[in-house]
Amino acid sequence: MTFELFLQHLANGISLGSLYALIAIGYTMVYGILRLINFAHGDVVMLGAYAAFYGAALFLLPWYIAFPLAIIITAALGVIIERIAYKPLREYPRINLFTAAVAVSFLIENLGIVIFGGRPFAFTRPEFMDVNLSFGKTSIISYTFIIIITAGILFAILLYLVNKTKAGMAMRALSKDIETTGLVGVNTDRIIMFTFALGSALAAAGGILWATKFPQINPLMGVMPGLKAFIAAVLGGIGNIPGAMIGGFLLGISEILIVAFLPSLSGYRDAFAFAILILLLLFRPNGIMGEVQAEKV
Amino acid sequence: MSQSDLVLEVKDLTIFYGNIKAVKGISFTVREGEIVTLIGANGAGKSSTLRAISGIVPWGGEINYRGKSLRGIPADRIVAMGVAQVPEGRGIFGNLTVLENLKLATWQRKDKAEVSKDFERVFTIFPRLKERISQPGGTLSGGEQQMLAVGRALMSRGSMVLLDEPSMGLAPVLVQEIFRVITEVNAGGTTVLLVEQNANMALRHAHRGYVLETGTISMSGSGPDLLGEPRVKEAYLGG
Ligand SMILES: Nc1ncnc2c1ncn2[C@@H]1O[C@H](COP(=O)(O)OP(=O)(O)OP(=O)(O)O)[C@@H](O)[C@H]1O
Ligand SMILES: [Mg+2]
Repeated sequence: MTFELFLQHLANGISLGSLYALIAIGYTMVYGILRLINFAHGDVVMLGAYAAFYGAALFLLPWYIAFPLAIIITAALGVIIERIAYKPLREYPRINLFTAAVAVSFLIENLGIVIFGGRPFAFTRPEFMDVNLSFGKTSIISYTFIIIITAGILFAILLYLVNKTKAGMAMRALSKDIETTGLVGVNTDRIIMFTFALGSALAAAGGILWATKFPQINPLMGVMPGLKAFIAAVLGGIGNIPGAMIGGFLLGISEILIVAFLPSLSGYRDAFAFAILILLLLFRPNGIMGEVQAEKV
Repeated sequence: MSQSDLVLEVKDLTIFYGNIKAVKGISFTVREGEIVTLIGANGAGKSSTLRAISGIVPWGGEINYRGKSLRGIPADRIVAMGVAQVPEGRGIFGNLTVLENLKLATWQRKDKAEVSKDFERVFTIFPRLKERISQPGGTLSGGEQQMLAVGRALMSRGSMVLLDEPSMGLAPVLVQEIFRVITEVNAGGTTVLLVEQNANMALRHAHRGYVLETGTISMSGSGPDLLGEPRVKEAYLGG
């Protein structure tokens, strides 16, 4: 393989990884505060992509309005899901919550098929994402970089929100001890809503960017990215935000590079994620950044 | 005493955990400016009572704060009404710094200038916290964590604080120190409801006390009276 080709694959891997990372953060944040694997998170990714699609294709909004609007709408949907499906179950054993998440996932997918139709739609990239950039002998289409840069900006905003703002402080407190967080005067309900809004907003951004990279959308498009992102979150140490980012990049890059170096294995591409997961968990059961801690049930 | 200086009024309070009745209809009052202590053996229901007042366990009966029922009011609103709690086992957020732990308790407050005054006040009371301002709460020693928990309750500027075993696990010097702070805070106008295993210290610093035995109040009286009570001596003061 030439160096140019390698760089091309690497850029591709990083952009895929940043998508996994964007989605993984939602899993990890929700797990961090509620100890819930939000099975429906991948479907929120799909909702984000469809919201952007309809904004652009049906309402003819320019991308700079359609995309942010889609993110806002999806964030609101994420909060509504939490209010309706998860909040009433918070006091019950975790398995109930998880079952609800599975049900929400199926509901969204099937409603998606009914409302959006089962037929895939072609997602049109904004023009500036479709520019061919050549670097010596390689050429890379601009969306690869735009995905990476956008994700980078979103990560920076998120880390700022979580580490430097009052709401972020409350989120971190809540992830340690929800009861005491309420006891010191924090409205824990609102922080939980805020967490779902943030996670769903990032999922929507991930879904929209996903659709610019793989420009066909369908109601089940969130399933595989959701699963991979969940694996990324576990790889990084579930509950840990930087861990989810690292896990996402690790997964995206290795998935692309393995196929690039061993093209004969390309049919097993989706299996790599699971293989990597199993291997890593054998050596680091709590993930890369995960703390060793007793299960909190 | 008139009705109006009643800060807290608990009537026929019951608390169930599943089918187990942990608190079986207790009644007590706390008046403005008082330190009232609840003492009793392990499992008597002391923490449960405080948790009920703070709105984190469901309860039956009546709890009134300054004449207003606390029924159905969520924990954060109760803090906003002026009732702060230092929970049992301190409840320090180990992943937050000392400063963040304190800041979190100002969540409800809009009075920025007063908040910074209160930071100064807490750091004057506990200079040790100031030295460790950016250290994660989880790395503080047990005593320092207790100081932080008390400091945090002061930051929410409640007009009443509920203290759940603030002396637990502390060296005698620090126990003295914590009780000195409690007295000082009380002298500053804060009403205190104090739960303690250390009955001797608690009764010596409290205006009044109640003895809780397996979910019911068996005795009550002024601090000195209870200290002199033979049954209290026998059961809680080591004879
Ligand atoms: N979450 C819970 N679930 C079931 N039972 C509980 C729960 N919390 C407390 N209890 C029970 O209620 C009773 C009273 O507990 P509580 O914590 O109020 O006692 P306490 O007086 O504070 O004791 P200690 O001095 O040991 O702290 C105990 O028998 C305890 O086992
Ligand atoms: Mg207790």
